[in-house]
Amino acid sequence: MILTLVETDAAGATEVSLEAVTFGRTLARRTGGPVHALVVGARPDGVADQLAGHGVGEVHHATGEAFSAYGGAVWAAAVQAAMAATGAEAVVAPGSPRGLEVMAHLAARLDVPMAANVVGLGTEDDGEALRVTRQVMGGAALEEMLLPLRPAVLTVAGHAVQAEQVPAVSVTLREFSPEVTEADLVTRVVSTEPAAPDLSGALTSAKVVVGAGRGAGGAEGFAGVAELAELLGGALGVSRVVTSMGWRPHHEQIGQTGSRISPDLYIACGISGAIQHWAGCASSKTILAVNTDEAAPMVTKATYAVIGDMHEVVPAINAEIRRRRG
Amino acid sequence: MADVLVCIKRVPDVAGEVLLTSDAQAVDARFVGFTVSAHENCAVELAVRIATATGGAATVLTLGPEAAVEQLRAALAVGCAAAVHIDADPVGYGPVDVVREIAAVVETHAAEGRTYDLILLGNDAADTGDFQVGVRLAYALGWPVVNGVRTVEVDGGVATARGDGPDGVETYAVPMPAVVTVLEGGVEPRYPSVVGRMKAKKIPVETVAPRHEPLGPGRVRLTLPPAQPSTVEVIGAGPDAAPAVVDLLQRLGVAR
Ligand SMILES: Cc1cc2nc3c(=O)[nH]c(=O)nc-3n(C[C@H](O)[C@H](O)[C@H](O)COP(=O)(O)OP(=O)(O)OC[C@H]3O[C@@H](n4cnc5c(N)ncnc54)[C@H](O)[C@@H]3O)c2cc1C
Ligand SMILES: Nc1ncnc2c1ncn2[C@@H]1O[C@H](COP(=O)(O)O)[C@@H](O)[C@H]1O
Repeated sequence: MILTLVETDAAGATEVSLEAVTFGRTLARRTGGPVHALVVGARPDGVADQLAGHGVGEVHHATGEAFSAYGGAVWAAAVQAAMAATGAEAVVAPGSPRGLEVMAHLAARLDVPMAANVVGLGTEDDGEALRVTRQVMGGAALEEMLLPLRPAVLTVAGHAVQAEQVPAVSVTLREFSPEVTEADLVTRVVSTEPAAPDLSGALTSAKVVVGAGRGAGGAEGFAGVAELAELLGGALGVSRVVTSMGWRPHHEQIGQTGSRISPDLYIACGISGAIQHWAGCASSKTILAVNTDEAAPMVTKATYAVIGDMHEVVPAINAEIRRRRG
Repeated sequence: MADVLVCIKRVPDVAGEVLLTSDAQAVDARFVGFTVSAHENCAVELAVRIATATGGAATVLTLGPEAAVEQLRAALAVGCAAAVHIDADPVGYGPVDVVREIAAVVETHAAEGRTYDLILLGNDAADTGDFQVGVRLAYALGWPVVNGVRTVEVDGGVATARGDGPDGVETYAVPMPAVVTVLEGGVEPRYPSVVGRMKAKKIPVETVAPRHEPLGPGRVRLTLPPAQPSTVEVIGAGPDAAPAVVDLLQRLGVAR
């Protein structure tokens, strides 16, 4: 049996969670047995049916006061309780910050290894261990790792697999309220300042996305790309460096831990094209890279490129568009 | 007063393309420099700020080869007061092994009366990206852990940490001693001053031998993703490329 940790938002299971479920099904073909899912805390309407459409036969739902706020330790306690009830041979979580954190807690509590950011499963098994391939070196290299099935604890790199729907199976929902210790409760979130919500939903549906990365240079470096997005009726997207630095809000992030886009045109300015960024933009029909470095992966993988400083190139493009419009 | 231990890892400074050693166990770093991840540089900065604000001291620690003393000196130069070098080749160490060695140092120091109130680590190491040393260390010590935050402040036995969650900025408040793992972006790491560098040279580095035989990382081998042949068409350089770009935008039907 494979247990998948599923994160939810108001709309249901997150895309990366569904990807983890799909990976769980691949794993279940190897180990035999069904795929179950675990939802902790809030359970959006219809999530069990949504998961059934991805091949999940049983949804475990951890409820109770302990799960009213997020905490790595209490979530791991919920996973352990679900495992105790089901005898899971492997636990799969999305490679999101929470997925990674909860699996680290789980592995520490079970005293077993954990593989982070798995992208594939080797064909040969080594006895009691799975052979997994995972991203290392910030995505510049892959590692083949032996992961013992005692149980195997892993996360799946975001957007490394495509979430696959299957003809819906019948699904059982099982609510439970696992015991948690005082020590586990201590590390829960005590308060959340809500981020400005992205009401536009613009990024994932835009026909044109103008992206900017570290090359923007600072929070004030986005005027040109924002104007270009505006002129083309498109959306602004950014790399993780940009959101980490607090230059732009997280809902604008493209990549493994952000949105996956598939516009007709993606104009990537000052973005190196790390594999985690590429995971979110690879299905763009055409990519135009603007970069000072002609050897940057974003440039070599793009359809078209302009070599130069985005702070000179982008305003010149904007001026040319305006000039032609008269 | 809060005494802080901050854990850093010497990693190859690869920008883009990497080469592997012939046994495929590590990155061939003969032609690249070495660095510490941006997360860990921010952890060092936070450690120094907390030590300064509370009248405590920051100690920097690494498990690495002899050359990793270079990274310890860099942390001393920006305000850490002491350094610990666990002399071992991290290539043969898995996260569990690293944790056992760090925990052994913490326990040895505690027995000598040198206790830590807070241990800061990076969220993930830049090379192996295991995303777990901080959490496992907390369990090994029996301390609470907060993960992936950008700022940490200390006040009266409580560490308050903030970071991004899916719904906005989240605050955690945990009793110390505690472990906190840091993501880059919350603070700007300072540059070492000349005086700082001079001082750092005079601080002795405490070198210790590993205590346990490592279990290893479970690594079979590293591989490189297959190189994709580039089919890029470079349509120009600098602002002079603008007309060619707009021609392209019009051809693609995205600009009038
Ligand atoms: C688990 C994990 C998940 C991740 N998830 C994501 C994710 O979802 N999304 C994401 O983007 N990243 C993600 N990353 C981070 C990723 O590995 C890279 O660090 C990040 O994408 C790099 O951002 P960047 O391209 O903006 O910066 P850099 O890599 O620093 O690149 C900057 C680029 O800008 C160019 N440049 C500099 N100045 C200029 C200028 N003036 N004009 C033009 N070009 C210029 C440089 O030549 C360089 O190519 C993740 C990493 C991990 C480990
Ligand atoms: N060899 C090491 N020496 C000191 N600290 C380490 C070492 N390896 C990992 N760490 C710390 O643990 C964090 C997480 O590493 P990892 O779990 O390996 O991704 C890193 O950012 C470091 O702060």
